[in-house]
Amino acid sequence: MTFVKTKLKLELLEEGDTLEVLLKAGEPLENVPRTVIQQGFEVVETAHVKDDVHRVVIKKP
Amino acid sequence: MSEKNKLSIICMSGDFDKAIAVFTLASGAAAVNYEVNLFFTFWGLDILKNERGRRFLGKGILARFFNFLLGGRNNLPLSRLNFGGLSPLLMTGLMKSRNVATLTELYDAAVALGVNFYVCEMAMHVLGLERNDFVPEVKDVLGVATFLELSKGGQTLFI
Repeated sequence: MTFVKTKLKLELLEEGDTLEVLLKAGEPLENVPRTVIQQGFEVVETAHVKDDVHRVVIKKP
Repeated sequence: MSEKNKLSIICMSGDFDKAIAVFTLASGAAAVNYEVNLFFTFWGLDILKNERGRRFLGKGILARFFNFLLGGRNNLPLSRLNFGGLSPLLMTGLMKSRNVATLTELYDAAVALGVNFYVCEMAMHVLGLERNDFVPEVKDVLGVATFLELSKGGQTLFI
């Protein structure tokens, strides 16, 4: 469901816009960046925030 | 150019937990660009009624009682440990508290991602219902042959 929520937000982006998502380590952190890249988006930043939470910035090229 | 991946689900159950499974799979597949077709039949029709609560719907006294007893999307029972309808409420609370999508959120996501909803013509007639008893997101009312044609070339699940 994490990817579903991300995808719904990505559909609202214009070219060049970015979306910042907070992902838990494990399946969401592995799945979301991999799948957005497969769908033609760019992952421009990945950073550890705290504990098992990571920030991923996705750009619509 | 390769054809789009396709997932078709025959949604026969009107159980809360199975509806969660249907909409989780449907929205997940649609999010990764699958064509998704959901074919609702028998008890599954309860999920798509316009009236989400308990209503005497349909033609004929028996059909009206059946539809009243089914209860609509707000009253879907758990397939196990339903406890007179208390468990789906507890389960929804649990899902919210654990940041897991609820049935309503999953349904809305499926709609937003373009999942196709179809109603089984035969089941609709058995329950004395009409096209306008269902949510506007229903794309069409179909028979088996048309659904098989739609699902051809993809994966099909029965829930």
